[in-house]
Amino acid sequence: MIPAAFDYVRASSLAQVIDLLHDDPDGTKLVAGGHTLLPALKLRLASPALLIDIGSLTELKGIEISETSIKIGALTTHTELLASELLSKELPVFSQAASLIADPQVRNRGTIGGSLANADPAADWPAVVVALQAEIEIAGTNGLRRVAAKDFFVDIFSTVLEPNEILASIHIPQPKAGMRFIYRKIRHPASGFAVVGIAVGVRLQQGVVADISIGVTGAASHAFAGQQAADFLTGRTLSRQNIDQAAKLLSETTECLSDRYASAEYRANLIRIETTRALLALSS
Amino acid sequence: MSGSEKLHDVTIEVNGVRKTIAVEARKLLVHLIREDLGLTGTHVGCDTSQCGACTVEIDGRAVKSCTLLAVMADGASITTIEGLAGPGTELSPIQAAFHEHHALQCGFCTPGMVMSVRQLLKDQPDPSEHEIRHALAGNICRCTGYHNIVRAVESLTSKGDQP
Repeated sequence: MIPAAFDYVRASSLAQVIDLLHDDPDGTKLVAGGHTLLPALKLRLASPALLIDIGSLTELKGIEISETSIKIGALTTHTELLASELLSKELPVFSQAASLIADPQVRNRGTIGGSLANADPAADWPAVVVALQAEIEIAGTNGLRRVAAKDFFVDIFSTVLEPNEILASIHIPQPKAGMRFIYRKIRHPASGFAVVGIAVGVRLQQGVVADISIGVTGAASHAFAGQQAADFLTGRTLSRQNIDQAAKLLSETTECLSDRYASAEYRANLIRIETTRALLALSS
Repeated sequence: MSGSEKLHDVTIEVNGVRKTIAVEARKLLVHLIREDLGLTGTHVGCDTSQCGACTVEIDGRAVKSCTLLAVMADGASITTIEGLAGPGTELSPIQAAFHEHHALQCGFCTPGMVMSVRQLLKDQPDPSEHEIRHALAGNICRCTGYHNIVRAVESLTSKGDQP
């Protein structure tokens, strides 16, 4: 399959990308790893006039860890997130989630920024960044702005990104001591995408939930925070009864997607089961 | 195709040889490798980044060359299956292990499999059977049932040293 013709520019700075986007926001596409865009170009689902290759922008690369926060550049690949020992020490959920994405070759090219900006309803990182209470940093003509991950995803393949903006980095506040995260997913057997994926972070204090956050992907049109279930568990123990109640709440608060592989009812049930399993794993 | 489509110079090092080729922006890397360079050991299977038959190494990492534009590889160093052993030379250890363990039938997926195994053994010199299977998740073989492929890779690990 051959894409339709387009022009190509390899960007040398973020400022250049923003200028080019400003010139023709609707006819321009950004490419980093290209593992979502290339298949779309080949199927001619996308036919941009101009493709801007942002792959060599060093300002969008790398992982920086400070005492208060962790910054992940948009161009950081799944493989880099899987293999970073520094990041694994702080937040092992990154390598755990990365190992569940696609296959080694795809992980070598695909980037976290691309995954978030593309907002595939079944992508893995959206649930993880929501549970981590991350902020997404966006660059545009007016400079930088930040949006909470839970507010970043709007609909299927749709985010708060304007056509002339670019996702620059992900900022995660350093979790409080004792906060533990887990990501669980039911993989689609052919595509490897999440039929349902649940990311949970919990901090227990004397057996009672002091902090909790939940991110859900795969189930609905976009990733979202399981706020109601988190509110229910705050101040309670992770007893089997409380876990069951929270998982039920989460599965009922969502309007689930339905497709040939999984009905809405089945997805709701998977939310309940995976939330239960995630919370049980974090309860000990 | 329009005869006036703009061409972009791509300079790449393939199997140690540096080349500059003018390509259309929409040309896939796998087509540059097969058609412009004549290196037909890299195969196009599914053309949708599922099967891994087109796997090559770019700057030391295994990638699917059907899902990359040739222009995106400008400046990169690429190794294809032809870079592992030339005609009349001895097979590389991975190729020899595939031969020894009958890890192929039709052979279509083999170049991609070998390139993925190369990446695996660089990252993890002594993988378990589970790790081998996990590392080959991006390569599909429709003949062997994978068993002999896994045995071939195991023969290159500490397990293979045992009698």
